[in-house]
Amino acid sequence: MKTKKMNWNYLLIAPALLISVSIILIPGIMTILYSFTDWNGLSPKINFIGVRNFIELFQDKIFFRAILNNVIWVVMFLTIPVCVGMLAAMLLLGRKKTRSIYQVGFLIPYILAPAVNAMLWLNIMFSPISGVVAALRNLGLDLSSPLASMKTAIYACAGVDIWHYWPYLTVIYLAALRQTPADQVEAARVEGCNAWQLFRYVYLPNIMSTVSLMFIMITIGSFLAFDYIKLLTGGGPAHATEVLGTYAYSFAFSSMKVGKAAAVGLFISFFGLIASGIYTRISRKESME
Amino acid sequence: MAASSKSKKITSNVVVHVVLLLLAFICLAPIVLVVFNSFKENSEIVRNPLALPNILHLENYISAWTTGQFAKGFWNSIQLTGITIIIVLVCSTLAGYVLSGKRIKGSGGVLLYFMMAMTVPIQLFLFPLYYAFAKLNLIGNIPATSLILAAVQMPLAVFLMRTFFLNVPKELEEAARIDGASTAQVIWNVMRPVVSPGLITVGVLVGLQAWNEYLISSTFLQGEKNFTATLGFLSMNGSYGANMGLLMAAAVILIGPVIIFFLIMQKYFVDGMVSGAVKG
Repeated sequence: MKTKKMNWNYLLIAPALLISVSIILIPGIMTILYSFTDWNGLSPKINFIGVRNFIELFQDKIFFRAILNNVIWVVMFLTIPVCVGMLAAMLLLGRKKTRSIYQVGFLIPYILAPAVNAMLWLNIMFSPISGVVAALRNLGLDLSSPLASMKTAIYACAGVDIWHYWPYLTVIYLAALRQTPADQVEAARVEGCNAWQLFRYVYLPNIMSTVSLMFIMITIGSFLAFDYIKLLTGGGPAHATEVLGTYAYSFAFSSMKVGKAAAVGLFISFFGLIASGIYTRISRKESME
Repeated sequence: MAASSKSKKITSNVVVHVVLLLLAFICLAPIVLVVFNSFKENSEIVRNPLALPNILHLENYISAWTTGQFAKGFWNSIQLTGITIIIVLVCSTLAGYVLSGKRIKGSGGVLLYFMMAMTVPIQLFLFPLYYAFAKLNLIGNIPATSLILAAVQMPLAVFLMRTFFLNVPKELEEAARIDGASTAQVIWNVMRPVVSPGLITVGVLVGLQAWNEYLISSTFLQGEKNFTATLGFLSMNGSYGANMGLLMAAAVILIGPVIIFFLIMQKYFVDGMVSGAVKG
């Protein structure tokens, strides 16, 4: 009788777990295995080639270009949207009546699809025929699309992604800032703190855990960068905007080197793992203090 | 003294609003430009992209709707998003309930697994999955693609739902149990009403991601008849690049519904974004 009473909870958790395991875990493990093979995605024959994919990557200039571009992406994202987002959040904190109107306006680029945003910028901002660049050319400025130049293309791509991303940080920072105890703010005001001191010594320490969590998320996200580059330049001109995400994708679907794509995929995961490792370390340190 | 501090306050208020308005301008200017240009003819756009339209060329919209095949595209997008939301909500509610207490052995391990699954890059599982789906003839299949999107969204949704269940008072469930309620009854009659605002938040969050998703849907939804509205728009960009007015009208057709939906549901959007970020 007793053993008849079955624990339904195992059945309830099964669907979520099953979907996740079959879509993410098993293909994830297969990626690790494929990275040691020369599989082309089609042939039934798969040869184990050891670490050759990795050795080839380490001799590949474009691979390092891609890593460098990912690092540029990290640096830009850890500075520009973090600062702009924080500035906007601090300014909104004091605007009780107009806060939500501004917030809605800021968020519109964030809620639009990357595909739409990219086409918007491509055609109406960067295009030398129909965009703002064209309008400036009509005024006599010697401009061309920043996406066409090998030097500026990566910054232009990152710029569009930042335009889309920073309002998200504003919302997150603002939500955290609003948790700051009112008595601390009041005490600081009485002491005669100016705006910067108020931010530096009262607000910032209070939202530090959110700020560092966002730092990690931005770092991980920067190594996953794909959408805007694929849509704006496709990795070009001449691989100038190639990042690990687009490089892996072109291995898998253009040059049919699935094994190599898997190896690049592992690198992306590896950088993400380092970032999460640092975060766990920091947060553990914080909780010990 | 009082007057000078008051005027100082006004100046600082003005500066704050100027900065905020400038930021709002940066966010909205490209979108406003698209709306302007969607009413123009191509030659007008090329002459001056920044000028206001002389005549409202509404025919841009009519031809954009048909050439972009938006009727089918929107229907596909709605299916893709709807199925994803349903899968995620059902599975994450059940899993969130189970994981909100020590109801099964190894719940800590499952939580750790979902934590890891949350930070996994798509490129770690995309390639084997694509070739497996190709073998099963699932490329271009909307429900199958929804399943992938659902799997990507699942970990975060599980954590969010778990948090909502943790906030349900223990006494509520215990009282129902004493009255002889089954697990199904507990979830449907006791828990569901309490967590339903959470369900909307998660639904909005997941729906937005699914609607906007690019990497997975462009990889798996091949074949024009399976294109979502976004993918249809992207393919237009390739073939109608010379007719900017048409493209801009298509962009507005795509943007419009999303912005309206966002304005109506903004509270849930913001809630979802904030709770999604804090949960790490």
